[in-house]
Parts: sequence; C-alpha cells; structure tokens
Amino acid sequence: MPALTYMWIIPLLPLLGAAANGLFGARWSKGVVTGVALSSTTLSFLAALEVVREFFTLSAGQIPWTQSYFTWISAGGFRADFALQVDQLTVVMLLVVTGVGWLIHIYSSGYMHDDPGYRRFFAYLNLFMFFMLILILAANYLLMFVGWEGVGLCSYLLIGFFFLKQSATNAGNKAFWVNRIGDFGFILGVLLIFRTFHTLDFAGVLPAAAKMAADPAGQIGTLTAIGLLLFVGAAGKSAQLPLYVWLPDAMEGPTPVSALIHAATMVTAGVYMVVRSHAIFLNAPVAMQVVGVVGCLTALFAATIGLVQTDIKKVLAYSTVSQLGYMFLACGVGAFGAGVFHLMTHAFFKGLLFLAAGSVIHAMGGEQDMRKMGGLRKKIPVTFWTMFMATLAIAGAPGFSGYFSKDEILEAAQHSSPVLWGLGVLTAGITSFYMFRLLFLTFFGKQRYDEHHVHVHESPKNMLAPLVVLAILSVCGGWMAAPALWGGVNHFQHFLAPVLGTASEAAAESAPGGAEILQAIFGPPVIAGLLGFFLAWWMYIKSPETPKKWAASLSAPYKLLSGKYFIDELYAAAVVRPLVWVSEKVLWHVVDEGAIDGAVNGVATVSRESGDRLRRMTSGNVRSYATWILVGALVFTSLLLWMVS
Amino acid sequence: MQQPYLLTILTFLPVAGALALLLAPDDDHVLIRRLALITATAEFAISLLLFRGFNSQLAGYQWEELHNWIPQPPIHYHLGVDGLSLFLVLLTTLLTPISMLASWKSINERVKGFFICLLVLETGVIGVFVSLDMFLFFLFWEVMLIPMYFLIGIWGHERRIYAALKFVLYTMFGSILMLVAMLWLYRLTAVAGTPTFDIPQIQSMLSSGTITLPAVTEMLLFGAFFLAFAIKVPLFPLHTWLPDAHTEAPTAGSVMLAGVLLKMGTYGMLRFCLPLFPEAAHKFAPAIAVLAIIGIIYGALVAMVQVDLKRLVAYSSVSHLGFVVLGIFAFHVISIQGAVFQMLAHGISTGALFLGVGMLYDRRHTHLIKEYGGLATPMPVLAGLYLFSCFASAGLPMLNGFVGEFLILAGTFQRHADWSAWAALGVIFSAVYLLWSYQRVFFGAVTKDKNASLPDADLRERGILFLMAAIILWMGMGSPFFTRRIEASAQNVLQLMQRPQAAYDAGVIRGGAEMNSMNLNRFAMPANGNNAGTVNSK
Repeated sequence: MPALTYMWIIPLLPLLGAAANGLFGARWSKGVVTGVALSSTTLSFLAALEVVREFFTLSAGQIPWTQSYFTWISAGGFRADFALQVDQLTVVMLLVVTGVGWLIHIYSSGYMHDDPGYRRFFAYLNLFMFFMLILILAANYLLMFVGWEGVGLCSYLLIGFFFLKQSATNAGNKAFWVNRIGDFGFILGVLLIFRTFHTLDFAGVLPAAAKMAADPAGQIGTLTAIGLLLFVGAAGKSAQLPLYVWLPDAMEGPTPVSALIHAATMVTAGVYMVVRSHAIFLNAPVAMQVVGVVGCLTALFAATIGLVQTDIKKVLAYSTVSQLGYMFLACGVGAFGAGVFHLMTHAFFKGLLFLAAGSVIHAMGGEQDMRKMGGLRKKIPVTFWTMFMATLAIAGAPGFSGYFSKDEILEAAQHSSPVLWGLGVLTAGITSFYMFRLLFLTFFGKQRYDEHHVHVHESPKNMLAPLVVLAILSVCGGWMAAPALWGGVNHFQHFLAPVLGTASEAAAESAPGGAEILQAIFGPPVIAGLLGFFLAWWMYIKSPETPKKWAASLSAPYKLLSGKYFIDELYAAAVVRPLVWVSEKVLWHVVDEGAIDGAVNGVATVSRESGDRLRRMTSGNVRSYATWILVGALVFTSLLLWMVS
Repeated sequence: MQQPYLLTILTFLPVAGALALLLAPDDDHVLIRRLALITATAEFAISLLLFRGFNSQLAGYQWEELHNWIPQPPIHYHLGVDGLSLFLVLLTTLLTPISMLASWKSINERVKGFFICLLVLETGVIGVFVSLDMFLFFLFWEVMLIPMYFLIGIWGHERRIYAALKFVLYTMFGSILMLVAMLWLYRLTAVAGTPTFDIPQIQSMLSSGTITLPAVTEMLLFGAFFLAFAIKVPLFPLHTWLPDAHTEAPTAGSVMLAGVLLKMGTYGMLRFCLPLFPEAAHKFAPAIAVLAIIGIIYGALVAMVQVDLKRLVAYSSVSHLGFVVLGIFAFHVISIQGAVFQMLAHGISTGALFLGVGMLYDRRHTHLIKEYGGLATPMPVLAGLYLFSCFASAGLPMLNGFVGEFLILAGTFQRHADWSAWAALGVIFSAVYLLWSYQRVFFGAVTKDKNASLPDADLRERGILFLMAAIILWMGMGSPFFTRRIEASAQNVLQLMQRPQAAYDAGVIRGGAEMNSMNLNRFAMPANGNNAGTVNSK
C-alpha cells in the first residue's frame, strides 16, 4: 500500500508548489511558474487516483484507513495528531477536489495569462489545494480545522487578489470575518466534543456518539449542542442564512477562484463536515431540524435574489448559496448520502458554469453585466454549448447529473416534511428560471454591446478543454444513481453506505414498468423546472419587454429582491456601525482615555508634586529614578530592621 | 551533565558585554553594534545549552545554583529554571539579538548607551526568570526598570518622557506592594523559626503547613503579588501604561516590552500567586477571569478603532495576554500549558508585528495608519511577511498563536465552558482589527506620493522577518517540543495548589517534631526532589 501509507504526498505536492512559486517564483519565467503549479496539482491528482485504486483493495475491516504522521499538539490529556484517513466519503471528496482542482488549474493558466500577479495567483491556488486536501483527509476535528481555516485564508487572499481595488479587499475581509463568526461556533463545538468524548479523533468520537442515547426531540442535550455549534461553523463556511453575506461579495476574486473555491470545493466544506459528523446529528433531532430548515430557507431565499441579478457572476453566486441550501436540506432530513451526491454533481456543473462565465467575461473583455451581452451563441459556440449542458444539469433536466441528485434530496424531504419538500420544489422552479434567464440574456437575443469596442473571441484551448471535460461530467456525473429509477441499485449510495451506516436500499422486488418510470421522472420537480424554463423563455426570448414592465408594476418586491433584501445594510446598521461606534467613542475615548487614564494621570500629578518636593530636598540634580530607588531602599531597610529587631 | 554555573553565566554575560562596551570609543558605532550583537548572539548560543540535560519529566528546578549571599537577613543567591521559565529565558536571549539587529540603522544617537541599555535589560529579565530567592527576584525586577526607562525616555518618540514616567510609576506602584508582601512572608518564616527569602523553601513551608495563613492574610498577600503582576501583564483595567509605552518606545524597546517584559507578570502569577496562595487564588479566580475576558474583548475592540498602527498592536497585546491570564486562572493543566505556550507565541508573533511596524517607521517616521495605504505595491516582501505575522497573531492554525489560544480555551472549557465561550469571541475580533488595519496600510492604490517609492525590506530586514516567520511556523507545527517540557511544571503548579487539609489545621502541624524535621531538610520539597542534592553538596 505505498500510496495509502504515504498519502501525505497528496496535500504536500501542492504545498511545495505554493512554496516554490511563492518564495522563488519572482525569478522564474512564466513557463516555469506554470510548470510548477500545474505539475504539482497533476501529480497530486495522480497520487489521489493511486490512493483510490489501493483503497478498493482494502478489506472492510481496514476502513477507515488511518495514518498518523506526527503529534501536532499535546498537553495534559489532550492530543491531536497530524493524522490522515481515507474512507468512502473521503474518496468522493478526494476525487472531486483533486480532479476539479486540476481542471481549474489548467483553465487558470489560460485565464490569468496576462495578469501581472500570475505567480502570486498560482501560489495562492496551490496553497488552497493543500489546505482543502488537509480538510478532507484529516482524521480528527482539529486537523480538519487546520484545513478549514486554511482554505479561509486562501479564500481571503484570492478574493482580495486584485488588491488595488478597495471593493476586492473589502470583500476579502468580509469573507474572513464572517467565516470567523462561523469558526467561533465550530471551535466551541470542537471543545464540547473534547469535553464529552475526551478525544477529537473521528474514530473515537463518531462511534461513541452513535452509541449514545439520542437527545429527546425538542430538547437541547449535549449532542444537540455540539451539532448546533458545528452547524454555525458550517453555515459560515458554506454560506447559509444568516452568514451567507460574504459569498456574493466573494465574486470580486478572479473567476477561476469563484469556480474552484466559491462553488466546487471550499464552500462545500460545511456540508462535508456535517456529513462527516452525521453520527452526532442523527442523535440530535433538534440540530437536524435546524439544519434542514435553514438549508431549505437558504435555498429559496438565495434563489429569489438570483432572479433579478444582472451581473453574471452574482447570479451564479446566489445560485451557489441556494444549491448549498439543498445539500443542507438533504442532511437535515437524514439523506446525508444525497447531500454528498449533490455536492459532487454541483461541483461539476457549478464549476463549469463559473468557468464558462469566465470564458464569456474573457470574450467580452471583462464585461460582467448581462444587460450588455446578448447573442453570443454563435460567436463562442464551445462556451455556449458547455454552459448549456451545465444549465440543463442545474435546472434538473431528466438524465443530467443535477436531476438525479436534486431528485434524491427532494424525495427524502418528501418523506420527512411536506413543507420542506414544497419549498424545495418551488426553489427548483426558480432555479430553472434564473438559469435560463442567464443563458438567454447572454447567448440569445440581440447583441447589446458595441462591436467596435468589444471584440468577442472564443477562449484558448487550455480554457476550453476543462469546459468540455466538466460538461461531460455534468451530463453523466449522475448516472451512477440511474439504475434506481428502474429498480436497480443506486451505486453512489451503495458506495457510501458503509460510512453513513445506512443500509443500501435493496432493489425493488419487481422492476417498475415504463409508465411508472416516466411518472417518477416527470414528478413535480421536473414540472417546476419546465415551468421555470418556459417563463424565462417567454420573458427573455418571446417578449423581451416583459421584464421591464413587471419591474415597473411590481416595483416594491422588485426593489426588495434587487436590493438583496437589504441584509447587508441591516447588518451594517445593526452590528457593524454600532460596534465601531461603541469601540471608538465609548471604550477608547471615554473608558480608556477618560476614566482609566484620567484616574492614573490624577494619581501621577499628585506623585509628581511630591516628587518635586523630594527633588528639592536633594541636590536638585538627581534623576527621578534614582530618587525612587533611594526611597525604595530606605523603606526596605527600615522594614527589615523593624522585622529583624 | 549540567554545568553548575550556566545560569550565572547567562544572567551576567550581557552585563559583562555592557561593561566591555563602556570601553569602546563613543563614536565607533559599527564596533559598538557588532560587539553588542556578538555578546547577545553568544548569549543565545549559550542559552541553548539549557536543553542539554534538561529533564522534561522533572517538575522541579534544574540547573540550580545555591550560594549564601547575605547572612543576616538570610538571602541566598539561588538560581534555577523549570518548565515555566526555561522557554522564557530562551525567548529573552532570542529577542535581544533580534532587537539589536532591528535597531542597526534606526538608532544613530547615543548608540553606545542604547546597546548598553539593551544588554542590561537582558540581564534584568533573565534574572527575574531564574531567581529563586525573593530578594534576588525583586532586585532584578527593579533593575530591569532602569534600562527600559532610558530606552523609552531617550530613544523614544514625541511623548517619550510621559510614557517612560508612566511606565515606571505604574510598575513601581505594583513593586512596592509586592515588596511589602515579600517582607510579610519573610516575617512569617522568621516567626516559624527559619527566616528565609528562598522561594522553594517558603513554598514547602506553606505546602506542609509549617506556616499557615489565615484566610484574610492569604488574600492580602495574594492581592499584593497579583496587583504587581497584573500591572505588568497588563490586565484590564491596569493596562493604560502599555499603549503609551509601546507607541513611544523605539522598535527594540517595543519588541522587548511585548516579547518578554509583559511575561514577567504572567510568570509571576504562576510562580507566586497560584502555588503560594491557592485558597485566595481560588477565591479570586472568577473575578480575575472576568477581567481577563473583558481584557480580551475590550483590548480587541479598542485595537480595532486605533488610528496609530503601533498603538493598535499594543492593544492587541492586552487582548492576547488576557488569554494567558484566563488560562492560568482556569487551574487546568491544559490551559496552564497553553498559557505558557501563548506567552512564547505572543512574544514571537507580536514581536514580529512590532518589527514590521518599526520598519515602516524607519521609512516614513510615522505610525499613523492614514499616512500609509497601498504599500503592498512598493514593498511586496515586507507586505507578505507582515501579513504572515498578522495571521500568526490572529491564531491561524499551524501558526503559533493557534496552539496557545486553543489549549487555553480547551483547558478552560473543561471547567468553565462559559469563560471559554466568551474568550473565544476574541478570535473573531483579532481577525477584524488585524486584517482591517492591514488593508488600510498595505492594500489599495498608493495614495501618498511619499509611499510610492519606499524601498522594500532589505537583506537585514528580510533576514529578521523570515527568521520570525520560521519560528512562528515551527512553533505552530511542532508544539510538543515546547509543551512536553512545560507539562511537568504545569502539573506541579496545580499539585502545589492541592494543600492537604491538615495544612490548614494550624494546631496540629505546628508541633515540634515536624518543625525539626523541616529544619533538618530545609530545602527539600515534596514535589521538588532534586533540590535535596544541592543542599547536601553545599
């Protein structure tokens, strides 16, 4: 098992790439920088493939495969090792992260080619890969937190990549700060886990949590508290209500970053963490409910904002928030496997959507406003067709990857709560609408840009190749689950079953007939999707004046949506500004300078006057420190004499 | 084998270097700088010898030296290190040469005096950390004030005299209380028949019940020591000397002040307050924890709104040291180890921040944030290394700040989840004030013409900051190297706090027989076996 034994090589390679480019890249040509960055991720991907290959040779008893490399922190009874582990869940994440990460690295070498910060970009991107791999390979909560915070760091660096722009660095700060609020919850959850289980190793915590009695419904016991605290962390990282506000702003980063970090991988870390901790959540019904409800509401809430955005990346950002909500909905109703499935298909189609959007922006010379695009279909056909595939996937068109994963989530929700299911179906319809709106505004209709200024051109091959690969995955990525439709085995769930402890669903006794299959496919989610599509078609192709008319006649709701429900403004008015005001005016000026220092200086004035008198008593030329020492010595001596006598 | 005079050499080598500097010609600045740096570097190299033969399993003092000094009252020259002080000594010997390097070009006035002050300061600080006799401890505690006073008062910035006076007065106020408490303790030992200033001996007398303290007396003694140390830390609301001292001090002064001088306070709490007065410590712990938590949040919030970058870093120290005090007064072995680790981590990462701020000051002669902006463009290397230090200070995992903070929170959480939860808020705010100030100084377009052509970090500056970064990373990744050596002593502090109930029963233990056995075995302590050998050889 060479690769499994030395699996640290997977995260180490990108780290070396980052260090090499970060420290020495300034002296290297662009070709060398590219070579270092791409080869490190390529090798890391290959190593991951080898690890997965060897993983399949393991017997059930050897899983999770854990390797401890050194003790990272140890004090008293506390110990956290630098230990990595692989199980089925890790395998899925590993393939998604290294695979999609590798594709996006290739894409970036084209997209960022002319940027003066090319080397810095790749150093950050490689560093991100390192931390993301640590996050998913970690065998304990604390090492997971290393990856967790580390990807946050890289997110900060990459959102603020164009650091000359105030808006970019603001967005970077906002992302890090909001994530820190989540981390506050996460770290308290980790502390509570340690207090409860006396270890942070997954292998110690999770089986013990599974054996514990479930907290009674409606009550907050220890496991529920842990679950809720962890979910605060997840809500920060995965942009759920009320901590989602950083993700739309994160679009200030270069587009490949949006694809890799803010769509495909990092933002799904919260979902991964919740799924990893499913043993805790399963015994914490209240926490489960919170996860499900928050996920469902986030899905709907973000989708409605996405309806009216005009910036192509902003639409995709809100869409990401919404889709992450689906994943938490899945977790909340106990369908952890479905959540991971959607995580994977989402990585394909949303990664693709962002990369394709990047290709559009590239073609448009940096323009991101969809109102200034239109009719691009013929000019950039590869981008159009791949983006079309991704749109079908996210809209849940039957047969495409997103269909299978979303359908699985909604089916599980249906068993759990009709309300959550209903909202989920509604969101599916809205998703379909805003995605086709994006597609129509960008690629169809009249061209709304000035051809003399914008020379639309298809992107270079190193950008198109990743689009094509991801398009294939967006189409086929869900087929593993397809046999379930006609009564077969859902291979994806079957694969994850050992981790999630769910018995893999037995094949139905009798294979369903053709009519039943059709009925299953064209259920409410697909119908909602079709409605969304037709509405978008009618509004943006058939009669393009409609949107303006509606915006005028429905001005209040339109303003609410285009203002993003004014949540940012609310936070600024209710939290940020009061905090700064109190800190500055009250704590600093009144308490610190006024009260405390005022008292101190008052005492000092008194001492200075008495000091002056003392000074006059001596020659007048003695430094003040000497006086004090003299006084001190006198006091000391007299006290000594008094005591000895 | 442990060389018997290592601690003496470590304590007095810097002063010897300072004396040698006196002989150097006043205007040969290069010679003076080199001589000082060689002394400090040699000192650091020698201090590494402390690891040789340091037994991390032993809770007691190692490298011990014990000689009679003043017969009446009986004051001993008694030195030793344990897990609590070992790394603080090393931190001092490391930061001194770094401070010297940082001052290489920025100090051009009275160069000789400056380096002499730094060396004398080093002696004072090391003396505090290795003294095992209260009188000696106090002596070094006071000696350290003088060079620091000069460092701020002579080589400081605009309001240096005010800041220097404030620093000294504040500290003196605490020192006097501590002195009274020490004399009181001495008197108690005299009453018990064995007058002594020896800390381990007083410890054993208190632990065994040879001396018993009525509750009020214990609280008064605890209070006097604690106040002196709390001022030094500084604990909210005794902190207002710190921003002024830091802002006005030259870079080297700030580095030493934040790096090691503040730790004398937290070290004192661990050495005196907890083991000598456990009952009072328990009684006051909730109140102290509240002050520590207020300090963590308050320091961070006030840091957030500072307009002066150096003052901002100074307030961040109030916040970070709040964590240390909280860890100490949570009375948990994990949190105490975390506290000691955090002392070291803060010394390095905040030291690095002050070094970075100093490098900016050397170029622009201002600390005002609004005078900067967009510095990442003219000086990318400095910007990168400063950001690294920011993240260390903000407690990013794998860097040193995280380990200390996490252990403190983890240990505290075992007993007081609520304390830990409040303190953890500091984790959010530290990211806010550090990244916000970083954005205003380094990001954006260059707004002031003067900043456009600032030179990036030169070789010396890069060397300093890369060294700090390497240590930050090493401490963050390889923390067991430290915690392994701290653990036994941290356990010991807690063990010493467990007094047998009998010790509080004055009548029983004050019997003659026990008294005599105590006299025979003057320096033997229950948890401190290796001291007995020293006494026998004497």
